[in-house]
Amino acid sequence: MIQGLIITDIAGFTAGGAILELSYLIAALLFVTGLKLLSHPESARRGNLWAFGGMALAMLTTLILHRNPEGNGIPLANVWVILAAVGVGAAIGWIIARRVKMTAMPQLVSFYNATGGAASALVALLEYPNAVAGDVQSILVTVLGLIIGSVAFSGSMIAYGKLDGKVGDIMKPFMTYINLFLMVLTLALGAYIVTSPLPPAELTWAIYALLFLSLLYGVLFVMPIGGADMPVVISLLNALTGIAAAMAGFIYSNQAMILGGILVGAAGMILTVLMCKAMNRSLINVIVGAFGGSAASVGGEQGTVKEITLSDAAVLMSYSQRIVIIPGYGLAVAQAQHIAQELDELLESKGVSVRYAIHPVAGRMPGHMNVLLAEADVPYEKLVEMDDINPDMPNVDVAIVVGANDVVNPAAYNDPGSPIYGMPIIDAHLAKNIIIMKRGMGKGYAGIENALFFNDKTRMLFGDAKSSIQKLVAEIKSM
Amino acid sequence: MENVLHYFFEYKETIFIIALSIFLGIEVISHVPAVLHTPLMSGANAISGVIIIGGIILVGHANLTTFSVELVLGLLALIFGTLNVVGGFAVTDRMLEMFKKKKK
Repeated sequence: MIQGLIITDIAGFTAGGAILELSYLIAALLFVTGLKLLSHPESARRGNLWAFGGMALAMLTTLILHRNPEGNGIPLANVWVILAAVGVGAAIGWIIARRVKMTAMPQLVSFYNATGGAASALVALLEYPNAVAGDVQSILVTVLGLIIGSVAFSGSMIAYGKLDGKVGDIMKPFMTYINLFLMVLTLALGAYIVTSPLPPAELTWAIYALLFLSLLYGVLFVMPIGGADMPVVISLLNALTGIAAAMAGFIYSNQAMILGGILVGAAGMILTVLMCKAMNRSLINVIVGAFGGSAASVGGEQGTVKEITLSDAAVLMSYSQRIVIIPGYGLAVAQAQHIAQELDELLESKGVSVRYAIHPVAGRMPGHMNVLLAEADVPYEKLVEMDDINPDMPNVDVAIVVGANDVVNPAAYNDPGSPIYGMPIIDAHLAKNIIIMKRGMGKGYAGIENALFFNDKTRMLFGDAKSSIQKLVAEIKSM
Repeated sequence: MENVLHYFFEYKETIFIIALSIFLGIEVISHVPAVLHTPLMSGANAISGVIIIGGIILVGHANLTTFSVELVLGLLALIFGTLNVVGGFAVTDRMLEMFKKKKK
């Protein structure tokens, strides 16, 4: 089944077939160019459009020019059915994409990733009966497409549920073993199907059992993963969907699918590794879930926290020169991005320089804080990455921490016993003053104390971030 | 050993494509500013909707005269794939639109 890039069978040459392959080549080039353009702020929107153009082209030429092995094109009746299905999917996809609130972005990205995984799994499932017994190559890619697509689907749906607050974290030490067992079982069944000499018709039970096991594994694999690890998992699931699409591409020897899928798989893996680096953890560590009960061992000296009144905070901010706001997931939860922007604008009008320090894994998906603040009209030039802001932190008059915890925890530097030891953080503790907005004295995701709260330079401003900032804005205005 | 060599020789074109695609994906994505992590992921996600080609081929050559579970699942694959493609690109565009209008 698997053939190379070059049409080796010259006898099967048709002009239509050649044009189809050519259109796939153009589509693949558009994918690559689109992805490249997407990685620069100025050209990103164009890149997205180019990639979409490539997709539309490949869809159109497939519809018109594709022929099955018997040489028959797609009958007109089927064309209408396809157009109807595509119309339904496009309408729903478009409406959801336009209507959903920007704050629900992480959920939405997960949801669309799930649909891609489901499509790959279904295609693999339906192509399996067409495989020839003993054709190890094509059965292998079909089985892999089914497993990876199913895991990506159910895993993304659980991630969607978690981000939407519908599904909680279930972290039990024994789950690691169940997951490991399930993974081995799934792979063993997959290997059995691939190596079995039986024709696919007699293995229907096995392929459905494989589907079930893979779906179950996806659920149980994402279930124990906590909120702070979400950026890693979301980009990993994204990579899996790409790989699943590439596997399906091998079934059809379709170069556009193979290249597009692998491209996404590689890009997703890079992002995953980037996120892991930002947390100083290995991928295995995130998946197995090392955080949890063990963190309780870190007691540490505490001390007393000092509160600050609204008027004192207002005065402190108004008479500062440089302010850095450090946002975390709490900003998203409190929906405080718009009011934060208002505070920023108010302070700027008083001659205060306001910037935002963005930690790579702040929030629940890669780049979460950037999207959130962009929605509130904060210019992206004001969003400074961790490595660029840290050298400047000692010159900062006030560091305002809004709903962030672990990403500013100095234990990452000085407590080898801490689960986050070694993780790069934003050096809020180096600022001249630190104001921490927090609901209460709860611990961060990692469940550890944050020495920053007890720092002499730190003042706490307890309460909901949104209403705290609202009151601050009113206070500064009345000054 | 001979088996491995034989395998490589038989599928050399495919192996070339895989290796170069992985390299390309890594090269294209590396050094992306954090600002673009979400749109990039979302855009890449939309590209993985290329599975829709498989859906078109599947339903395109399906027998429409008799009802079958396979046909229903095929249509479902097609709808899911389109959701991924259209929704993915639309949402990425919406995000990027937000980034753009800020440049006052």
